[in-house]
Amino acid sequence: MKQTTGQVVGVSGNMVTVRVQGQVRLNEVGYVALEGERFLKSEVIRIRGDLAEMQVFEMTRGISVGDEVSFTGELLAVNLGPGLLGQVYDGLQNPLPQLAEKTGFFLDRGVYLDSLDAERQWEFTPKASPGDVVTAADTLGTVPEGIFQHRIMVPFNMNGRYSVDWIAERGEYRVDDTVAEVRDERGGKHQLTMRFQWPVKRAIEQYAERLKPSEPMVTKVRMIDTFFPVARGGTYCIPGPFGAGKTVLQQITSRHAEVDVVIITACGERAGEVVETIQEFPELTDPRTGRSLMERTIIICNTSSMPVAAREASVYTGVTLAEYYRQMGLDVLLLADSTSRWAQAMREMSGRLEEIPGEEAFPAYLESVIAGFYERAGAVRLADGSHGSVTIGGTVSPAGGNFEEPVTQSTLKVVGAFHGLSRERSDARRYPSIHPLDSWSKYAGLIPHGKTEYARDLLFRGDEVGQMMKVVGEEGTSLQDYIVNQKSEFVDAVYLQQNSFDPVDGAVMVERQRHVFDLLFEIISAELDLESKDEARQYFNQLRQYFLDYNGAQWKTDKFYEHENAIKELLKERKTGIDSHARQFVEQAAETVGSQG
Amino acid sequence: MKKVYSRIDEIAGNVVRVTAEGVQYGELATVKSAHGTSLAEVIRLSGNQVALQVYAGGRGVSTGDEVQFLGNPMRVSFSEDLLGRVFDGSGNPRDNGPELHENLIEIGTPSVNPSKRIIPRNMIRTGIPMIDVFNSLVESQKLPIFSVSGEPYNQVLARLALQAEVDMIILGGMGLKYDDYLYFREALEEGGAMSRTIFFVHTASDPVVECLMVPDVALAVAERFALQGKRVLCLLTDMTNFADSLKEIAITMERVPSNRGYPGDLYTQLAQRYEKAVDFDVAGSITILGATTMPGDDVTHPVPDNTGYITEGQYYLRNQRIEPFGSLSRLKQMVNKDTRADHRAIMDGMIRLYANYKESLEKKSMGFRMSEWDNKLLKYGEIFEERMMDLSVNIPLEQALDRCWEILAECFEPEETGLRSDLLSEFWPKQRESA
Repeated sequence: MKQTTGQVVGVSGNMVTVRVQGQVRLNEVGYVALEGERFLKSEVIRIRGDLAEMQVFEMTRGISVGDEVSFTGELLAVNLGPGLLGQVYDGLQNPLPQLAEKTGFFLDRGVYLDSLDAERQWEFTPKASPGDVVTAADTLGTVPEGIFQHRIMVPFNMNGRYSVDWIAERGEYRVDDTVAEVRDERGGKHQLTMRFQWPVKRAIEQYAERLKPSEPMVTKVRMIDTFFPVARGGTYCIPGPFGAGKTVLQQITSRHAEVDVVIITACGERAGEVVETIQEFPELTDPRTGRSLMERTIIICNTSSMPVAAREASVYTGVTLAEYYRQMGLDVLLLADSTSRWAQAMREMSGRLEEIPGEEAFPAYLESVIAGFYERAGAVRLADGSHGSVTIGGTVSPAGGNFEEPVTQSTLKVVGAFHGLSRERSDARRYPSIHPLDSWSKYAGLIPHGKTEYARDLLFRGDEVGQMMKVVGEEGTSLQDYIVNQKSEFVDAVYLQQNSFDPVDGAVMVERQRHVFDLLFEIISAELDLESKDEARQYFNQLRQYFLDYNGAQWKTDKFYEHENAIKELLKERKTGIDSHARQFVEQAAETVGSQG
Repeated sequence: MKKVYSRIDEIAGNVVRVTAEGVQYGELATVKSAHGTSLAEVIRLSGNQVALQVYAGGRGVSTGDEVQFLGNPMRVSFSEDLLGRVFDGSGNPRDNGPELHENLIEIGTPSVNPSKRIIPRNMIRTGIPMIDVFNSLVESQKLPIFSVSGEPYNQVLARLALQAEVDMIILGGMGLKYDDYLYFREALEEGGAMSRTIFFVHTASDPVVECLMVPDVALAVAERFALQGKRVLCLLTDMTNFADSLKEIAITMERVPSNRGYPGDLYTQLAQRYEKAVDFDVAGSITILGATTMPGDDVTHPVPDNTGYITEGQYYLRNQRIEPFGSLSRLKQMVNKDTRADHRAIMDGMIRLYANYKESLEKKSMGFRMSEWDNKLLKYGEIFEERMMDLSVNIPLEQALDRCWEILAECFEPEETGLRSDLLSEFWPKQRESA
């Protein structure tokens, strides 16, 4: 087939208009020849007659009318194969450290490197045998990659059935060596290597069945796991004003989340934060495997000063890599920080295309694009029966911290959990600053529902009393209300707040969360014999001090039990019975479980 | 010889349109009018229609004026000769010194590869306790001062420039009042810092397009010095004027506004400038301090809001003081662990007590009864504001920490401060004469 070419006829910002000779596809990749020596990667985003409008993934300075454009006939795609883990890529899957070796301090235009190391040898073990009939995504063999068995699969874009003619013997191969030869139903032969491409904007759907996300994805952040859980294969969003701790929360999650692979997409955010991750992750050990955290992590980094058009690509690159590892039966977590920057990139392009703007000048298709992205999350059963999942967590940076803006609202419609960060909490240094009253989750958590509901109800009532107390003062508040307020403050101080820098308190495993929550519940559901507000305040101060020490003690050590007993003793001194509210909640929860069972 | 075009088809605001061939996007041209020659930049190509943004503004440009393309993008001369000089946004001298044409460098160059950055680790001492003790400034940090018109933010910037331990200072002034420009000049001359300073100044009466050039020119020069191993402090005041110029030009270009008239790419535009702050692994660094005035003291206004998402914290300047609440240096954790053992504890402890003071103050104003503890807090708050927060206080970090302990000892008993006992026994002032 003849290659399609064209000439630039217009430039505006990062968009060029090209007069095309031949056929051209939407979202096809082309290269603009800059002064005949640099080729700038671009993507077709609109076609009108013989004019194609393309977004250039680089700075457009220096492009003139008449410059040659060559089209590849391919959609924007990523390389899939062993060697992705541990890499630091830009939004177009260029390896940044290798780029630095080549171009130095700055990101020169028009330099694109192979995203996989073509020289590296992989220990291939065949799983298929000659004569087997295979379809797309079936496993041909495996290679060890870090702690995983990386499945070498039939490329996902090969439709139909193939019979295996030949498969490589066990041994060392490079990604571009042929490891299998297959024949299609019409007799055509295909040589397969360990690498293939997949277009980023198309979801990978090579699974037997999509499942309901039910198993919790443990983040080891108490407030999330207990009150606003996220399921494997689910979606959640973290909107918050600047300085509320979105990025810190994502960093904590990327370290402690109980998943196999973590993909971090830094989309239009500060470079400094990515640098921290890049430099610290190789030093940190994964508590589950004892190896470097970097071995299970991919970082995709398109920071705010890097070209805008590649921001959109970076989000899709991330989710495509996530889906690829899901096909190996792994649980993958994709963290996108921040989806607002991606939406803004869309807004910029939409403005250049002179489309009719929607709310706040965002394009009218904002909602459907966001929905389409989050829908790529999911828990699946693969053809071989194993399960894999992609969980997506995106931060949102709403303008002015106001959640009533288009990006936050479109995101809230499609996600399963909402962790809204609040400026008041972060100003009061109450971290994580997830708002305990506004946030929600549709997934089932670790702790029986009735108990957490009671705790939430207590937080609501405590907040109400607190508001009232501001007006009428402590003197005008009844002792009973005062105790409610003290209890809710207590829950906040010892359970919701968590010191992420503390080696013990920083990450709390499931067993401990359950155990500690039971004790917490015993305290907050107790009727207490307290004579006066002063006494109540002192009592809760004492309890809080004990409980904080308890949180800081290593799980199941003598110290841990020592603190636990101290708390129990203190509770026994004043406990006279069980709060009627609490009993109601637990009974109701038991009934609903009973009627379901 | 470059071709001269002597016909301008269209003039709208600061943008003129000519019919020309073989022009590059981003290329510079000169426009010769009766008022003199101005640079202009190509901002849109459509067939043979070339839109140019005239740096000196469109006012007075005639359809018969000559346009000549230069074949290169905006560049600025870079050498040691820049030191001590004052230029405008186009790189022309504002003082009476000679024009510089040697060693031209491009501005607005590509971003630094994130994998060549390093984690910041050096504190920049400023002598202002509200910064050094409570929100330390770190080399390579980008930090704006959020303020309202009328606050002395330029005075604070000038003081920081004089006192900060850096190799050189580049001041980018955007929409500066002429007296503010003179103030900066005098302050730096008196402080003896002029020889390590470069000024790129756009005053309020200069053409609006030049305002847009200031940060790019200033940062391009800063970047070159940083690559030579210099630790550069770049002061940008006032970034709100920069954003307003963006808005003005976007509206003239008939682009769809997104929020309060600002263009949709405001975040990107600001980020591309602020992200030039960097610490190179084997060279120098750029630290950026900006001033962002908040119209109506509203932090949710698009300019401070977008800035906050980009920068690594902010200093709030309000009532002539750097507010402890709201002010935040995101990088302070990187440096304040190595200064003195009591630094972090004092930092948290003092602010916690100050927050309590604010609560007591509120209670007092609502007419609630003051307890003995409240009275102690009220005393503490006043002393703290007077001896630490006042902008005239100018002492090194160690002395500031000592002063914190003195203030605590004057107002409280040791156990009331909530500080760790080992710190109390080490640092609590020993011989205090009881009144």
